[in-house]
Amino acid sequence: MSRLYTQDHEWIDVAGGEATVGITDYAQGQLGDVVFVDLPDAGRAVTKGGEAAVVESVKAASDVYAPVSGTVTESNPALADDPSLVNSAPEADGWFFKLTLSDASELDGLMDKAAYDAFVASL
Amino acid sequence: MTTAMNNVGRPTRLVAGTGAVAETFTGNKALMLEEPLLFERGSLDTSGVDLPPVPPVPDRLGGLGRDAVIGLPGFSEPEAVRHYTRLSRQNYAIDLGIFPLGSCTMKHNPRLNEKMARLPGFADIHPLQPQSTVQGALELIDVLADWLMKLTGMPAVAMSPKAGAHGELCGMVAIRAALDAKNDPRRVVLVPESAHGTNPATAAFCGFTVENIPANDRGRVDLDAMLARLGPDVAAVMITNPNTCGLFEPDLKRISDAVHAVGGYVYCDGANFNAIVGRVRPGDLGVDAMHINLHKTFSTPHGGGGPGSGPVVLSAALAPFAPIPFVRKTATGLELVEEDTAGTHANQSFGRMVAFHGQMGMFVRALSYMMSHGADGLRQVAEDAVLNANYILASLKDLYTAPFAASGPCMHEALFSDDFLDGTGLSTLDLAKALIDEGFHPMTVYFPLVVHGAMLVEPTETESKANLDQLIGAMRHVATQMLADPDAWRTGPHFAPRRRLDETLAARKPVLAFKDSEAA
Repeated sequence: MSRLYTQDHEWIDVAGGEATVGITDYAQGQLGDVVFVDLPDAGRAVTKGGEAAVVESVKAASDVYAPVSGTVTESNPALADDPSLVNSAPEADGWFFKLTLSDASELDGLMDKAAYDAFVASL
Repeated sequence: MTTAMNNVGRPTRLVAGTGAVAETFTGNKALMLEEPLLFERGSLDTSGVDLPPVPPVPDRLGGLGRDAVIGLPGFSEPEAVRHYTRLSRQNYAIDLGIFPLGSCTMKHNPRLNEKMARLPGFADIHPLQPQSTVQGALELIDVLADWLMKLTGMPAVAMSPKAGAHGELCGMVAIRAALDAKNDPRRVVLVPESAHGTNPATAAFCGFTVENIPANDRGRVDLDAMLARLGPDVAAVMITNPNTCGLFEPDLKRISDAVHAVGGYVYCDGANFNAIVGRVRPGDLGVDAMHINLHKTFSTPHGGGGPGSGPVVLSAALAPFAPIPFVRKTATGLELVEEDTAGTHANQSFGRMVAFHGQMGMFVRALSYMMSHGADGLRQVAEDAVLNANYILASLKDLYTAPFAASGPCMHEALFSDDFLDGTGLSTLDLAKALIDEGFHPMTVYFPLVVHGAMLVEPTETESKANLDQLIGAMRHVATQMLADPDAWRTGPHFAPRRRLDETLAARKPVLAFKDSEAA
């Protein structure tokens, strides 16, 4: 399944019942140098649109929202030592957390890459 | 270009295009002196005082005495004096120039306030003195409380909170206590995007669930969204007025009425009261609790110059839950009520927030400010603060992006975004650094978050038109040059004691203590 995006600049990859979530290249560019990432513990239940993580840059601290509801299974251990991965590889090694989906139909409202690129261009 | 190293290990070189040498041999720049750290300069072997050898003393520390030297360097008296004087010259202060930090209200701290605060009857008393010996001090607290209640149109005030966020805590704990007294389980607090960032933190700390209310395109609370969200689960609304975009919230009364209709309370963040003091009484707008930053509105020093003080005015509904202690008039004089009993306070106080009664030194300064200005003078304070901010807004809005200028005048601070720098690769940060080179403390940057690359300029009423014109001139010059020749502005400041620091490295790998590599 291809990557989907939210209006809050998170991306989500879904494979089977599990999904990987991160923030987009546009988001990291707006944040500037990321200095700290606060990630959810495995087992935490998150709801679509609710706070799931916090990303702190030299400019500001921002909430990262869960694109869909589910239960966190793992957060990216590499970000604790090297938060700059969010800047250098936001849509790859800089992923935030993985979760199991509780309602796959919540994916329906999300944007595909073309729609997200058009959304960013409109900002 | 020369590549010689100067005495502090940095290359001396020419500034491109000017022919000027950027680094001197000593690292000093004319009379601005480069100053090493104490640990780099001092020696363990020197001392400023000649003490006789210590005679042997019996160890009474039970083996817990220090077994290694602390390693603090010693200095002669002139060395120590010069070290701190040199450091102080690298600092910036309101006594040096305009300090246009939006949301902070860096106004002049009148010297009369300082004189009053140093009167022995105020300066040399102790909180544990018998109350009969400090009747004047208690009267000062009582008179200040009366001014605060009159200026806000509120029936009660808690004087002890020690800063703005501490005042928020006081107000929200009082709301929680009022709900608990009714066994009311509601726990949702609505906080608009235009509120101060401490508001949601305070609500969360008090055990409430925070929900955001969006701002509208005029930088105010979205009234429809607010009204639509109100319901029986809403404990309170926390609203900042004037808000953090420097704009008055004209719908506050309607919001208050609607919140009260569903059984909730209204907390107003009064950090920006300086824009409306003498003009608007928050009590008339239906506010239940509001903190007042004496260190902003009433000119007491802050930002390293002194402690804050954040008294909280309370509505009749919240007054019974106010913290102890408080001053009460009795037949024989004034009394500081330290215990909450049925006879004094309906036995409903939520308790004590601080050891004693608050920031006495700030109370003296604030009352000095109020009495020297008078009621008419305080009204003019607000009017001049708003006038100065609008002068800046009007003088810059053709060049800087002013996102809310179309919705009318601002209050005490003017908000700009860096959208006008689009395409240059420059942002608010570069502009702030350029202002340092021009000799100004930059404005507040990247706050509030509701606009891109925010620049929040609060001149305060204490700046003259000439000072404002100088700041405006510098801001226009810098912005015009940044648009004309962006590349020259990516590396500022060029003339400050330090150039652009690596904020990212400092945040990712902070070094918070000096470690002497030789001693370690």
